[in-house]
Amino acid sequence: MNKTSPFKQFLGDLPKNIFSGFVVSLIALPLGLGLAIASEAPPIAGIIAAIAGGIVVSVLGGSHLTITGPGNGLVIVILSSIVGMGEGDLYQGYLYTLAAIMVSGLLLFIFGVFRLGALSEFFPSTALQGMLAAIGVGILAKQFHVMLGFTDVKGNTISQLVLIPSSIKNLLTNPSTEMILASSIGVLSLAFLFLYARIRNSVFQLIPAPMWVVIVSILVMYYYDLVLNNPEVLGANLMITLPDNLVASLPSPDFSKLLSSDFMGYTLSITLVAVIESLLSIKAVDKLDPLKRRSNINKDLRALGIATGISGFFGGLNVVTVIARSSVNVNNGGNNRSANFFHAAFLVVFILLFAKQIQKIPMPALAAILVYTGYRLSTPENLFRIYKIGKEQAIIFLTTLIATLLTSLTTGILLGIISTLLVHIVLNKSGVLFSRNWLKPNVLMYLEEETSNYYVSVKNFCSFLNFFKLKSKLDEIPPSAHAIIDFSLCEFVDHTVMEGLNDYSRSFSRQGGFFEIIGLDVHEAKTEHPFAIRKSLPESSLFNFQVSLTKRQRLLQKFSSILDWNYLPDPISNYGDLERFFCFKTKWINYRYNNLESKEKEFLLFDLSYSEGAFIAKEDLRSTFLQIKAPKKMPAFVLDKENFMSSFFQLSGFKDIDFQEHSDFSNRFFLSGEDEKSIRDFFTDSLIYFFESHTTFYLESNGDSILIRGKERLASIQEVKQMLAFAEELLKILENK
Amino acid sequence: MGSIAFKKIMVGFAFSPNLKANVYEALRMAHYFDGELIFVHVGRKTPEKESLFNELVDSSPIQSKKISIHWKVGKPVNTLLEASEEFKVDLILLGALKRENVVKFYLGSIARKITRKAKCSVLLMINPSVERHPCQHIVVNGFDSPQTKTTIFAAFTVARALGAQKISLVEEISRAKVAVDVDDDRSLRRATLRKEKLRRREQTRVKDVVKKLPSALTQGINWTTQSIFGRRGYSIGHYAKLVRADLLVMNARENLSFIDRLITRDIEHILAELPTDVLIVNYRGNE
Repeated sequence: MNKTSPFKQFLGDLPKNIFSGFVVSLIALPLGLGLAIASEAPPIAGIIAAIAGGIVVSVLGGSHLTITGPGNGLVIVILSSIVGMGEGDLYQGYLYTLAAIMVSGLLLFIFGVFRLGALSEFFPSTALQGMLAAIGVGILAKQFHVMLGFTDVKGNTISQLVLIPSSIKNLLTNPSTEMILASSIGVLSLAFLFLYARIRNSVFQLIPAPMWVVIVSILVMYYYDLVLNNPEVLGANLMITLPDNLVASLPSPDFSKLLSSDFMGYTLSITLVAVIESLLSIKAVDKLDPLKRRSNINKDLRALGIATGISGFFGGLNVVTVIARSSVNVNNGGNNRSANFFHAAFLVVFILLFAKQIQKIPMPALAAILVYTGYRLSTPENLFRIYKIGKEQAIIFLTTLIATLLTSLTTGILLGIISTLLVHIVLNKSGVLFSRNWLKPNVLMYLEEETSNYYVSVKNFCSFLNFFKLKSKLDEIPPSAHAIIDFSLCEFVDHTVMEGLNDYSRSFSRQGGFFEIIGLDVHEAKTEHPFAIRKSLPESSLFNFQVSLTKRQRLLQKFSSILDWNYLPDPISNYGDLERFFCFKTKWINYRYNNLESKEKEFLLFDLSYSEGAFIAKEDLRSTFLQIKAPKKMPAFVLDKENFMSSFFQLSGFKDIDFQEHSDFSNRFFLSGEDEKSIRDFFTDSLIYFFESHTTFYLESNGDSILIRGKERLASIQEVKQMLAFAEELLKILENK
Repeated sequence: MGSIAFKKIMVGFAFSPNLKANVYEALRMAHYFDGELIFVHVGRKTPEKESLFNELVDSSPIQSKKISIHWKVGKPVNTLLEASEEFKVDLILLGALKRENVVKFYLGSIARKITRKAKCSVLLMINPSVERHPCQHIVVNGFDSPQTKTTIFAAFTVARALGAQKISLVEEISRAKVAVDVDDDRSLRRATLRKEKLRRREQTRVKDVVKKLPSALTQGINWTTQSIFGRRGYSIGHYAKLVRADLLVMNARENLSFIDRLITRDIEHILAELPTDVLIVNYRGNE
């Protein structure tokens, strides 16, 4: 264990977290403004929520890397609450909604006190996906018009969707300068957001895409203001307004509708979405934590409740845990709760110092960010992915999606649950299994005395209805242990459970444990298990596209036959010990493919699909890696090109090991690792000379094997050959040491 | 701790398709325990029924010297319970019902009521058969309760009589005893440590019970212990099913206070879905 005191550790990590908090605040600012505007609340409401969330949850919360603030999911419910309760007067609706937000904060707090976090497991995962997609469609439908410069399109989601072509037509038939400027800012911003992930430049990527959009559009507005002397090129309805004096203009929540049924309805749906969005995000962020900590969700819920109450009191939106901003935090090296705090602190600074510049942000730019968010929530890819899991899942997904769009969010999710249950009953051809066994205990967990394995047996059926029982047992198994989950006595396992188990399996493998699922194959033969087949054999079902090889694959195949190596083009989800390498600590490995393996298994060359960040900050990457076995034990280290980013990392706590006598090497390479002394011993003159004189690769050792990567993309055949030659020479040097 | 023996075995019988299997099993049990068999039928005695039953008994390859047959009239449950008192039997043998096409066994309401009220031990058989199934693996509870010693003793006695080689002693420990809710890594570590401690303590306790048994009883039987954190009465049934035990030996309900009776449902889980044959040990000496 680490011997440094927690406080010293905290101080040492502080620079990293300040830096990360800063980057997060860059994305939180545009999102906060945008989400508030999308909910028809004053723009500042989103920032207030982020500040309240950042300060309160970082102090009282139970998670480590999450960022809190206004959430995407809540846009639709808060919007309908403001519009519904305002009955024409949006500001009055906003005041009523503030009261609803405060009450929902109280409810959240109560949820946390009674440890009801586990209740969120009652929602079938496909229905939740459908609900999120509906929220995405809702945001997209409304903001698409604003992005084109039309702020007065009213109506529900469906009618707004229907009106999109006519907005485009309006724009094309009768354009004014104002409209052309507004819509081109919007459309170009959107195009930029879609392309951003393609640009792999570490300096450029330092600033999150939404901030680029905001900065550039502010510059455009200044150009019109100062150079063209046309300060009012866009009308007031297309610009953001912040109150001049924040303290004087505090709104006071209006509780006069407290006991009315629509107030209660809105409060309930706000709370429901806040809980769901927060818990989903907390779970997702835990999977990205390089230190593999487990969040205390109930403590987090309590903190979110308090933060929401405070935020509502000061006129802010609900505070929830948000996935995109949290993932940005992880990627920028945040490693404790203080990053959340600093993100809030920087927002305060922005609001106090740059209020004038913020008011130069044109609405279409923010709308473009929201359209992009909405698109990512409702991307058709989700439907295809779900369809692959099963037709019945697609039915559930679409039912929930359409029901949510046509009615309200709570009705939608309720119908989603009902349709899931119906699908299960139809698949089983009877509901007796469920009705008879729902409330009975069905999970047995024990520590096998002979083997010290944890054995979990599940009886009857296991679906979203009773997954929480299994979960509560699984949560008690240390993830570094060996767990065996036996479904042989279980007649039915649904998709929600399989997906949940997959999460467990990942977290066990991340922490060096084993998570085995048995008894489903027996099952499948007997009852044609609909969900298990696909989920328990991800390798075969992942992609069956390798019917004909691409040109690069044929070249790789030829190359492997020259070397007399084995070539396997199919994707494999078994990626061995890759997760123990430093560079995958905050990344999510999907699968590896195009595997080339030498006969003695010393060399393994593969393309890897992995992703970084989550949701709108998500970037899917594919790169070629070469893994070689170390000829002898060596220290764990990371060796990379010295660049702008690495000097940043140094600032924030990663130490670069420099050699005084090799200034060329020290200038060009960024070398870091835990055990500085043995690394210094390991890097002999000849090894340093070798690195100085060859092409630079990203190189990492975990003690037993070495991982080499060229650029952060797939390597061409020539580059593959260079990589192999480099590795062979490196091996020679290491062997002669 | 009284030494337990099943010398007087009562079998309630009805003229059902299972009758032959039930009679054969009963004769086998009496043979193994070297005991006296008392067949009781609730219903009128008719010459046809009598001759049919006698034919069945005579057809069995295993015979018992001490057999008596009684015909009684009255309400089944009460009549059988009264008979068990009257003859001072040690064990009541009851067959469970198998539902058509469902691989689950259900106790008829009569058997269920008798099980709850009987003052002697009860053996519930889920599939009595004409051919003999060897009994190899016995699971027995190791609750922390005064009755447990007798129950473990009984399990070893039965194992000896039936020739079972393996006994698993299962201590069910209520999750509430851990008194740590798992929320995050720290509470998980605390809970794991605490469980480990409880587990050791319970194991020592159960092992001590077995070590105090006469060595003639335990010799040659491979016994192991297994602690399970889970709902009492449920986990052991699930475990017995999982390890495919041939017999599950349980304490009878203790003489509980009114409140306990309301909330504890130890044996009910097992009665609801019989995992295997169940022997509920109730020794008169305990009273």
